[in-house]
Amino acid sequence: MADTDAFFRTEMLPPKEPPLSQRGVWKWMHENMFSSIGSGALTVLGILFVLYVLASAFPWFAHSVWHADSLRQCRDIVHKTWGPGTDGACWAVIRANWNLYLYGFYPMEQIWRPNLAFLLLLVALSPILFSRLPRKMIWFSACYPALAYWLIWGGTLWISVTIMAGFAVGALVLRFLGRIAGTALGVGGAVLGAVLWWLFVAAPVATALADIVPLHLTFVPSDKLGGFLLSFITGMCGIGFSLPMGILLSLGRRSDMPIIKTSCVLFIEFVRGVPLITLLFTASFLLAYFLPPGTTFDLVLRVIIMVTLFSAAYIAEVIRGGLAAIPRGQFEAADALGLDYWKAQRLIVMPQALKISIPGIVGVFIGLFKDTTLVIIVGLLDPLMGISNAVRANVAWNGVYWEPYIFAATIFFIFCFGMSRYSMYLEGKLKTDHR
Amino acid sequence: MKTTVMLAAVAAAGLAASVASAGTLDDVKARGVLNCGVNTGLVGFGAPDANGHWSGFDVAICRAVAAAVLNDPNKVKFVPTTGETRFTALSSGEIDMLARNSTWTFKRENDLKLTFVGVNYYDGQGFMVRKDLGVNSAKELDGATICVQTGTTTELNLADYFKSNNMKYTPISIKTDAEGKQQFLAGACDAYTTDASGLAALRATFEKPADYVILPEIISKEPLGPVVRQGDDQWASIVRWTLFALIEAEEKGVTSKNLDEMAKGTNDPEINRLLGSSDNLGSMIGLDKEWAKRAIAAGGNYGEIFEANIGASTPIGLARGLNAQWNKGGLMYAIPFH
Repeated sequence: MADTDAFFRTEMLPPKEPPLSQRGVWKWMHENMFSSIGSGALTVLGILFVLYVLASAFPWFAHSVWHADSLRQCRDIVHKTWGPGTDGACWAVIRANWNLYLYGFYPMEQIWRPNLAFLLLLVALSPILFSRLPRKMIWFSACYPALAYWLIWGGTLWISVTIMAGFAVGALVLRFLGRIAGTALGVGGAVLGAVLWWLFVAAPVATALADIVPLHLTFVPSDKLGGFLLSFITGMCGIGFSLPMGILLSLGRRSDMPIIKTSCVLFIEFVRGVPLITLLFTASFLLAYFLPPGTTFDLVLRVIIMVTLFSAAYIAEVIRGGLAAIPRGQFEAADALGLDYWKAQRLIVMPQALKISIPGIVGVFIGLFKDTTLVIIVGLLDPLMGISNAVRANVAWNGVYWEPYIFAATIFFIFCFGMSRYSMYLEGKLKTDHR
Repeated sequence: MKTTVMLAAVAAAGLAASVASAGTLDDVKARGVLNCGVNTGLVGFGAPDANGHWSGFDVAICRAVAAAVLNDPNKVKFVPTTGETRFTALSSGEIDMLARNSTWTFKRENDLKLTFVGVNYYDGQGFMVRKDLGVNSAKELDGATICVQTGTTTELNLADYFKSNNMKYTPISIKTDAEGKQQFLAGACDAYTTDASGLAALRATFEKPADYVILPEIISKEPLGPVVRQGDDQWASIVRWTLFALIEAEEKGVTSKNLDEMAKGTNDPEINRLLGSSDNLGSMIGLDKEWAKRAIAAGGNYGEIFEANIGASTPIGLARGLNAQWNKGGLMYAIPFH
């Protein structure tokens, strides 16, 4: 028996580092950038292209001028600082026209009003966006449109109050008539009551109240609005009003009642079949042919209506997609529980349909927000073309090209990206399936 | 009262119908403000400043009409219009008149049923090239690439000109002046073509204007003027004769400075008729006898408006050229105030 020193380890060897090509940045690069000859070549080309773009754009950004009174002065500063023949960005044009870009021609001394309206907008949006906040805040959100209207256009507050009172009248009628005569009659009565209130009661009441307590702000006509303020007003109104309208349209399209179904289908297909520019053009110019001569109809209001109708048709189809994805059993379960149509929609169908449709809805909203720049076609000064045109037509700034575009693109990106991230947050929060 | 009106406007979905009246003049007077269609922004001709105050060569015509009709050059609502929407806006009644460097052509007047009341600027299409190209005449542009705005008379004129001179060219289509400038400076095209006034204004914005030349050939006639709808001859007369009053004032040496002096009465009977110190011409077009005096007071006579907005002393620096008075070698010729 050989006397061998048996060797055995009592402890594990520490793991060896993987070879260089199998770890860290080399592995990553090997797998993702140079996995084959073709992909390696594309990587090199891509890097060269990025470097080329950076090399041509970087000096321009590096030579930024923030303080100047005209484009000529900007160029002088660039030449003086970085040598003759150099090129630089002239951000002074944005700085000098900052108020123009943000508010259009809104009177300077009244700027606090749109600012306050924007702050309150954030407050009004927060209970809608985040469910952890106190639910009572939703009442403020409901009153916000009237408040914002008063803040931005001015006049007397009582107009807004009486308009909101019309909704209250409608709600009261619905509550009492609905209990006695059923939902359908209740809704009809509510609409009639609200319209009668607006047509005959609201004006005298508002005048009387304004005489007693004149809560009055200087009236600012619509043609003073412009820039991002205008984009925001049209965008937020479009988003706010088109969602409920789209929900109703999508339900109408799936309805069994032929008149409702046909009119919803006609509306949706007509609006979706026509470009937004055509609708804006119609609203702005052709409407004047149909209305009695001498009729005035606020242009911004017309644009808001058209933008809302346009996006409502798209929202309706997005939500219909969500409705179609709900299993039949859910509807039958609602019936089996004895819920009536509206309760079934509100408690069982819509929460699921809307959850499925979130990416689509937010997609439509983002598109709508960017589409607000099309209002230049009807002569409203949007931040992308309208205000930039006006700025370029100023002798001092005539000749700037990239800076206004880059500025507008940045602002739009911030808001659209924000909306997109919120939609992802909401999707994650509402995720209940087990996929 | 105002509250009621505003509320009715909102309550009935913004419908505030006023009594329909027969003529544009009555409409404007009842409204108390003149709706004037202008460019969304063209340097020197019409643009708002940072406070929303509009000024420019075309804008001055609007102000003169407002002063004549409403007694206040600031009672104008300027409606920015694009090239596509300008005539529709006028036809539909959104605006009362259009002063937006629009070329007077047969089709526009007779097909679109518009009335061009006169010419406030005689323009023509020209070419701009880089100096180092060594081109001295448009006739040497054979085979050139040329930047041209789409959907304009400019595009048609360009095709006509090259065809009639047996030359070839490659058009580069652009949408706006700002874009055209960018393409031209980047070297995408050898020549840039648009109205000569536009070329001069554009060149003034270049970093090195001296490196570019505007060729001497003018290849088209572009009479630009204010426009009104057909069917209201009285309103057309008001706009037309307001323009003539400004031109006549320059010819007769009536300026915004000596206006009050002149209005007291002069030895020239035509000035007296114009300013209302002898005759009452205004009553024949539904205005009072001092209408022309107010129109001139708004921004000065034609020559003063020209100098203040686009003349040699401004960065745009246009020479009077065709737009000088007829007795100074130009085409500005006011019809007699008799």
